[in-house]
Amino acid sequence: MEEKNNVAGEQEKSAKKLRSVSPTPHIRDKATTRGIMGMVVLALMPAALYGIWHFGPKALLLLVLSIAACVGSEWGFEKLTKQKNTAGDLSAVVTGLLLGMNLPVAVPWWMPVLGGCFAIIVVKMLFGGLGQNFMNPALGARCFLVLSFSKYMTDFSYRPGWGGADVVSGATPLAAAKNGEAYDLMQMFLGNEGGTIGETSALALLIGGIFLLLSGVITWHVSVCYIASLLAFVLLFSGHGADLSCLGAQLCGGGLMLGAFFMATDYVTRPITRKGQVIYGIFLGVLTGIFRVFAPGAEGVSYAIIIGNLLVPLIERVTLPKHFGYRKQQKA
Amino acid sequence: MDAAGYQEQEPTEQKAKEEKTSSKIISSQKYSLWKPLINGLVTENPTFVLMLGMCPTLAVTTSAINGLGMGLTTTVVLALSNIIISALRNVIPDKVRIPAFIVIIASFVTIVGQFLEAYLPALNSALGMFIPLIVVNCIILGRAEAFASKNGMAASCMDGLGMGLGFTIALTLIGCVREILGSFSVFGISFKAPLEHIGMAPAAIFVMAPGAFFVLAALNALMGVVREKQIAAGKESRIRAGCTHECTTCGEDGCVHRFYDEKGKDAAVGKKAE
Repeated sequence: MEEKNNVAGEQEKSAKKLRSVSPTPHIRDKATTRGIMGMVVLALMPAALYGIWHFGPKALLLLVLSIAACVGSEWGFEKLTKQKNTAGDLSAVVTGLLLGMNLPVAVPWWMPVLGGCFAIIVVKMLFGGLGQNFMNPALGARCFLVLSFSKYMTDFSYRPGWGGADVVSGATPLAAAKNGEAYDLMQMFLGNEGGTIGETSALALLIGGIFLLLSGVITWHVSVCYIASLLAFVLLFSGHGADLSCLGAQLCGGGLMLGAFFMATDYVTRPITRKGQVIYGIFLGVLTGIFRVFAPGAEGVSYAIIIGNLLVPLIERVTLPKHFGYRKQQKA
Repeated sequence: MDAAGYQEQEPTEQKAKEEKTSSKIISSQKYSLWKPLINGLVTENPTFVLMLGMCPTLAVTTSAINGLGMGLTTTVVLALSNIIISALRNVIPDKVRIPAFIVIIASFVTIVGQFLEAYLPALNSALGMFIPLIVVNCIILGRAEAFASKNGMAASCMDGLGMGLGFTIALTLIGCVREILGSFSVFGISFKAPLEHIGMAPAAIFVMAPGAFFVLAALNALMGVVREKQIAAGKESRIRAGCTHECTTCGEDGCVHRFYDEKGKDAAVGKKAE
């Protein structure tokens, strides 16, 4: 008797559960913007810390200023326009960190501030805030600064470490490789070279990138397709053929690792569909290859990514998945 | 009858009849010659409201003096061609009116261009190709079609001056902002040295093409803010959206050109309900 009651009770419970249907979405995930952005910040830490260690205290100052400018301008803009405040979701921190890591250490202090305000206000907030920006804010600001202050933004001289050693100046290894000068591949991989604050150490960036891949924040499609297609392009067109050290220099030099793992994979400005991500990655690789091999400059990651960002709506349209059960209409 | 006190009718109607009705309405409304002037300067500012003549606006405003020069050159051509087109409006056959307007405009552009070459060679070389291109400036052709071919000579002259000066002010403003931000100077007077002394540098992007878009967009947004504020304060704003006669997509409720369907319903509202 008791057993029967129990069974009846169970049935009623499950029936109640069935009856109380809530509106969609039924499957919820605990991922939040804040959580994901926190993971990205964590993944950027090895490269950022290495940059601070390698370039000295001024690098730290530039990173802090850049982050402060991004968060501050997001907070200020939303206050001014009486919107819901989103400065706490850490996305502005990621933008600021990426922007700071994209600056050479020789720039004056007001440049990250100006760049941060431009990234958040012009590229992000004016288009409707997070999720609406049509290109990566950090890269938009970097290109704005490169076009505005090319003298500062291409000055890669630095004082290595925290001691007052002599100023190291000269071309970045990628430019040296392009001009046929000597470069040390191992030092490039470790990051003991000139460049922007965050891009020098391929090792630190790889650690961060693998962390993001393993934790499921990004998928392999964009990054792997990007790097592979760039290598294929360099192999075919650079004129060095299957020269491993040349390919290695292309991999470790410049902003490729930073771009491929942290900026091309930005959720807002990459395609949603898997197929689209593959196309997008290949497009970025080919474009970067064209810039690196055929253009007068040695670097082209940032321009390639922002041009790729602009094509994302088109790619998404082409790769839209078919409705379940959809069949092509046969011609009568 | 529209707010600015002149009439805009379909060009297919007979010119003589049109002339009669327009003069009648003008006299009954206490027509003021200042109205077309204000219309061009503020109400329907060609750059910020009508968004016409974007090509010279974006291309030559790298400095304030270039903007001013381009604006004044256009003003002269606009006023003179408006007068002549207005004078000839009953003579020009409807079917060939556009080529006829172009011939008149091109003549004045040639005269002004040669004048600049003779007396202001520096400005002439700075503006370069954009002087002969005034022939195809859409403000000039637009005013010939929308105003001068339907109104008297005095009103057309004032309309040309108003539109031209509105264009000049807009171009000078854009040029000023771009020059200040992009090369740290105003009208050629540089204040670069003290700023560079404290470590600042001009943002060269503002002298390049993207800067033109940034500044135009920012000034346009500023104009929109002023307009919204005026409306919010209950005042009737002088700044209008600029009538394109596309009522179905227009949000301007108080527009005198507004199109209503047979049942008296607002065309735009009906469209929205669909």
